Amino acid sequence: METLFFLIITFVAIISAILVVTCKNPINSALSLIMTFFCLATYYVMLDAPFMAAVQVMVYAGAIMVLMVFTIMLLNIRVDASKKHSHKVVFSLIIGFFTFVNLAYVLFKSRVAVATGPYSADMIKQVGHTELIGKEMFTNFLLPFEITSILLLVAIVGAVILAKKKI
Amino acid sequence: MENLNSYLIVSAVLFSIGTIGVLTRKNAIVIFMCIELMLNAVNLTFVAFSRYLGNFDGQVFVFFIMTVAAAEAAVGLALFIAFFNNKDSIDVTDANLMKW
Repeated sequence: METLFFLIITFVAIISAILVVTCKNPINSALSLIMTFFCLATYYVMLDAPFMAAVQVMVYAGAIMVLMVFTIMLLNIRVDASKKHSHKVVFSLIIGFFTFVNLAYVLFKSRVAVATGPYSADMIKQVGHTELIGKEMFTNFLLPFEITSILLLVAIVGAVILAKKKI
Repeated sequence: MENLNSYLIVSAVLFSIGTIGVLTRKNAIVIFMCIELMLNAVNLTFVAFSRYLGNFDGQVFVFFIMTVAAAEAAVGLALFIAFFNNKDSIDVTDANLMKW
């Protein structure tokens, strides 16, 4: 049953990912990308990571994609089908195929030899995924978490300055 | 729960599709979306490995990747707007000011 569900989600994810690349209109690409993000959120739920799924839906499918759709609307790009694709499609397909082969080979053949950590499925269900993530983030990853705030501040200032009329 | 390899193969497929998109499209926003797709494929790998190793470092890393993607979206889209104001187009082929 879960395998069937996995296959359906995989089908939808890959089809919508292909639509992101092939759609002529950027708005259609954006909507397909939102569909892919929802499929990835489903994967996260199946991987016992509900917090990651919620963040995926809220941050990616919510915030980032709304920003993108707003930008597409703001720029009001005209769709002219004549010069949408560059002529290097075959070359790109070959590169993409070799990327896939390379990734699949590395991911399949690599044996993960590190010691496994303490978090099992039972523990995640018992304690709660969000609490475990929070404990991890505010103890072992406290400094990167603080540095993230500086990154976001820089991004805000940069976006405001770049969007001004006269740079 | 599926085994690890099926998640890894899905992630590899999504990453390759993103690569093809970056190489074939001319619209800068679509290229940006394909980069987001590639980031998400990597996120899936991180979460799958993290779950199977019983270690949460990967998921915390996914959290940071999402933060970086949000910052990247804000700055990148501001850049596109600035570029559009100058060139009246967001095709990457029109970004040829430094082309010799």
